[in-house]
Amino acid sequence: MAEAHPVGFQWVVEAQKRGARVIHVDPRFTRTSAVADKHVPIRVGSDIAFLGGVINHVLSNGLDFREYVVNYTNAATIVSEDYRDTDDLDGLFSGFDAEKRVYDPTSWQYESEDTHVELSQAQAESSAEHAKHRATAAGLQHEAHGIQVASHPARDETLQHPRCVYQVLKRHFARYTPEVVEQICGISQADFAEVCRAWTENSGRERTTALVYSVGWTQHSVGVQYIRTGAILQLLLGNMGRPGGGIMALRGHASIQGSTDIPTLFNILPGYLPMPNPEEHPTLDDWVDSVRKPGSKGFWSKADAYAVNLLKAYWGDRAQPDNDFCFDYLPKITGDHGTYRTVLDMIDGKVKGYFLLGQNPAVGSAHGRAQRLGMAQLDWLVVRDLFEIESATFWKNSPEIETGEIVPEECATEVFLLPAASHVEKEGTFTQTQRMLQWREKAVDPPGDARSELWFFYHLGRMLRERLQGSTDERDRPLLDLAWDYPVHGDGVAAGWGEPSAEAVLREINGFETATGRPLSSFTEMKADGSTLGGCWIYTGVYADGVNQAARKKSRHEQSFVAPEWGWAWPMNRRILYNRASADPDGKPWSARKAYVWWDPELGENGEWTGADVPDFEKTKPPSYRSPEDADGVAALDGIDPFIMQGDGKGALYVPQGLIDGPLPTHYEPVESPFRNLLYGQQGNPTRLEYRREDNPMNPAPGADSDAHVAVFPFVFTTSRLTEHHTAGGMSRYLEHLSELQPEMFVEVSPALAAERGLEHMGWCHVVTARSAVEGRVLVTERLRPLRVEGRTVHQVWLPYHWGSGGLVTGDSTNDLFGISLDPNVLIQESKVGTCDVRPGRRPRGAELRALITDYRRRSGTDDDVYPPIVTTDAGEEEQ
Amino acid sequence: MSLRESLSDRLANSLFGPLDPAPNAGYDDPPARKGFFTDTSVCIGCKACEVACKEWNDVPENAFEMLGTSYDNSHSLNANQWRHVAFIEKPATGARADLGMPTVGAPPSDTPDDEKPDFQWLMSSDVCKHCTHAACLDVCPTGSLFRSEFGTVVVQDEICNGCGYCVAACPYGVIDRRHGPADDPKVGIAQKCTLCYDRLTDGQRPACAQACPTESILFGDVEELRRTAEERVARLHEQGIMDARLYGNDPEDGVGGTGASFLLLDEPEVYGLPPDPVVTTKDLPAMYRQAATAAAVFLAGAAAAFLRRKP
Repeated sequence: MAEAHPVGFQWVVEAQKRGARVIHVDPRFTRTSAVADKHVPIRVGSDIAFLGGVINHVLSNGLDFREYVVNYTNAATIVSEDYRDTDDLDGLFSGFDAEKRVYDPTSWQYESEDTHVELSQAQAESSAEHAKHRATAAGLQHEAHGIQVASHPARDETLQHPRCVYQVLKRHFARYTPEVVEQICGISQADFAEVCRAWTENSGRERTTALVYSVGWTQHSVGVQYIRTGAILQLLLGNMGRPGGGIMALRGHASIQGSTDIPTLFNILPGYLPMPNPEEHPTLDDWVDSVRKPGSKGFWSKADAYAVNLLKAYWGDRAQPDNDFCFDYLPKITGDHGTYRTVLDMIDGKVKGYFLLGQNPAVGSAHGRAQRLGMAQLDWLVVRDLFEIESATFWKNSPEIETGEIVPEECATEVFLLPAASHVEKEGTFTQTQRMLQWREKAVDPPGDARSELWFFYHLGRMLRERLQGSTDERDRPLLDLAWDYPVHGDGVAAGWGEPSAEAVLREINGFETATGRPLSSFTEMKADGSTLGGCWIYTGVYADGVNQAARKKSRHEQSFVAPEWGWAWPMNRRILYNRASADPDGKPWSARKAYVWWDPELGENGEWTGADVPDFEKTKPPSYRSPEDADGVAALDGIDPFIMQGDGKGALYVPQGLIDGPLPTHYEPVESPFRNLLYGQQGNPTRLEYRREDNPMNPAPGADSDAHVAVFPFVFTTSRLTEHHTAGGMSRYLEHLSELQPEMFVEVSPALAAERGLEHMGWCHVVTARSAVEGRVLVTERLRPLRVEGRTVHQVWLPYHWGSGGLVTGDSTNDLFGISLDPNVLIQESKVGTCDVRPGRRPRGAELRALITDYRRRSGTDDDVYPPIVTTDAGEEEQ
Repeated sequence: MSLRESLSDRLANSLFGPLDPAPNAGYDDPPARKGFFTDTSVCIGCKACEVACKEWNDVPENAFEMLGTSYDNSHSLNANQWRHVAFIEKPATGARADLGMPTVGAPPSDTPDDEKPDFQWLMSSDVCKHCTHAACLDVCPTGSLFRSEFGTVVVQDEICNGCGYCVAACPYGVIDRRHGPADDPKVGIAQKCTLCYDRLTDGQRPACAQACPTESILFGDVEELRRTAEERVARLHEQGIMDARLYGNDPEDGVGGTGASFLLLDEPEVYGLPPDPVVTTKDLPAMYRQAATAAAVFLAGAAAAFLRRKP
């Protein structure tokens, strides 16, 4: 965190000064470790084994926060008798379809007091759907949508029933003993015990523990399950919905949270509404019902209003009840249109044009060579950036020029490089990890022709619409009918090139009454009849009372510790989600020290929720409320159901639906690993998405491949950021004051590995995988130390990934080393762990580089379209 | 006390020993002395201070050269580097004793000492010390270096003639003449931290302190910073971090205490700091006295010679 988020780290330092203890778990000793109270080195890619070990410690010693767990999580819920665990099936869950490599999750469902058939129809999805969900990264929708539960699942609040979630969990994690953690992660039992003790001693009524991760944690073939493991632990210890608790995802850029809320993703629309697909959602009602699942519980029951308001924001007066609010104008998705699929489609000539906005995939995305070869096949490419980055110059200075794979004179891609305004040169908001929007004023005019994104898209849309004026072609209607009427200001207005008002856009996102223009204060005011419009329902309230609430900058010293008047957080300016959980089942604070939101029976007519934050609960629903048997929607949530976006209102220790790769996190080895999975016959994530093609080879995996093959790539490598540079370098390598701080690409190795491979400090070395080889200066450091894993020593190599062929300082791009294999839930790439070889000296150039890689592939048995098998156990088949 | 003794004392005190530099330099009723306290125990080595300093003061690049000394690629304090973050990788000294003191917040760990981290990565942002007795200022023949009303030492680069006397005089090796880039108008001119004199006169904090995310670099009144430093080191000692020590905090030291002081976690030498710096002009009064005596003797001899020639 100190490395990549030094500004945010000030709060960690402040907490430390007040007595907080900081534990840093990281493969290498970083700037964070330098000031942490404890650094625990871990083998890259073994985090589920590590956290699973902590969960096992909690469960086998009864250290969970029992009152919280029983009431607020699904620990008591009883799981279907058909469910089989990875414990029973050698690393697979029940319902595995070995051919499609997806699960039929029917057997994962809750036991119901209703009939079994009804339950499966209401809750489960077929395995065919899981294949589709994987292609469209449906996990992203489920992230926000939670479990839809139609009926009252059976519960055993004594947690003794052998099939209750608590017992399922206990059995599942029983294998994750301290000895296993030591074997898999390379973490000593003493270190592990210290982490367990610190975490559990600092959780409960009086204390809370926060889990903070940076997004490299997600970049694994089991990325979503990493986070799930953390979530299970935080729920068991009662650290969710409470001050000082939670799971904080530190984003890689300033507004990554914002670009998920108002997404730049192919599979979701603003406010986490799923992209419709033409087969399942022919009408607006079909689409809306797929979100709200009629009859289910929770706040998604109002999805019709959210959807209609979005359509009204897009198409204004044209969107009317009689035309399904222009639902037919929405683009539909038919499958995998993720960034990596798109790049491979580019290589295959299926994609004509590409927009890159503040993104430098030639350096920053996994498998850089594929990225550059793909872009070289386009007809046109628009790059908007602060500098002339590698993704705009790949056709003349990429490594593929040397190898002859791209010939500048023959590369037909027409590149339009458009200068972009930086964040201080335009107004707008950032949304950070706490879902807080903070407004930025423009500080200076952008230089020269540089313009904001808002300006670019507004005028692009305006010009396209002008071109199409008078068209009678039906396919042009969605564009022509857009409500594209934003006020403009600034010097360019007279010439027709004014800057659109970002505040006007924010007001539209917030929503207003169409008749009066009155801004909405809350999404509960949204109507499904077209009388209101709003661009992103979760952001409603950011422009309440016609005031830009995101622009508030009241000092924290002049308000409560929650600081509700600094910026604005969605939803409803709530700073901690699910904060009903900060009070006990009776509505009283768990402790005076951790009081946050509570039920005050003296308030209002019959009592109200109140406290330091905006309560995340219906204000007048008392703790004692129990829903009637036939209730649905919000009314079905009890007074002790804090997790209001989940159908059952309970924190999901066990996830019966919504995850492609299983209801519980399970340790799988990374796709490329020198080790066999110690726990199961199943080596890696069996449901991961892989694009198996000649240009995307993977290094061999132990078990199926011969040990000799695996030994060709004996080391583990990982990559991350340096404080001095920003991701793919577009904002740092072109500036002298940043470039000089880390002027050269380097490779960190331990003294032991340096000795083993003859690497000299400050000499050169190159790192080789089946994709490419990259070179860097050798930095021999004790901060990297070999670990003992499964009884032998493993060397970990670390590389920063900031360099490319452009800028003031140049160097090889680390991401060239990675292949493309993806988490099945959200299609995030595994780009933090791989296997490699390390050799002294500089890498070969030109054709000799490809020859080196060809030789490695031959020696490792990965030429000739040979891939490590994904399913490595037949346990699942026996079960079928 | 004779006039001569009194003058001699004042001269001696101006070059050595505790005093408040701005009044001593002749300012009537100056503002409180300003300085830095850099607490290296919370430095995360982000180098924001280096960058903010260069941005504000228009300091050009130093070198695009990887040094291989951990993450330090800025070499040292020099004319192109007015803040410099040192990175030291070393085995821990294991001096973290558990004194059984009461703590606030989390319960103390009862992990035995041999399980404590056995590796340290020290980071420290170095800067001009703005000495109470600044030799650079004493030797400057042009008056380019001056004592500001804030008690800081500032170079006026339009007056500096590049003689370089100050470079040799600094006991810390801070001040330096700019060597490049070739087109820089200040090449050959002495350069160093001004404690952002232009920002201070505008009521603002120096750029580095403003940019420091963890408050490792504190700016303020020297007297108050010294108290803060004492409290901080005491707290670290309570936590069992016995290696914590202050540097430049003592008005009785060889430079009369510094305007920029530090909390270090190891010996100063580990950070590249001189362990016992002494103002290089300390001996000037004695040298003047000796020279004066010698001159008097010489004059007396000469006079005697003339007297003797009298018939």
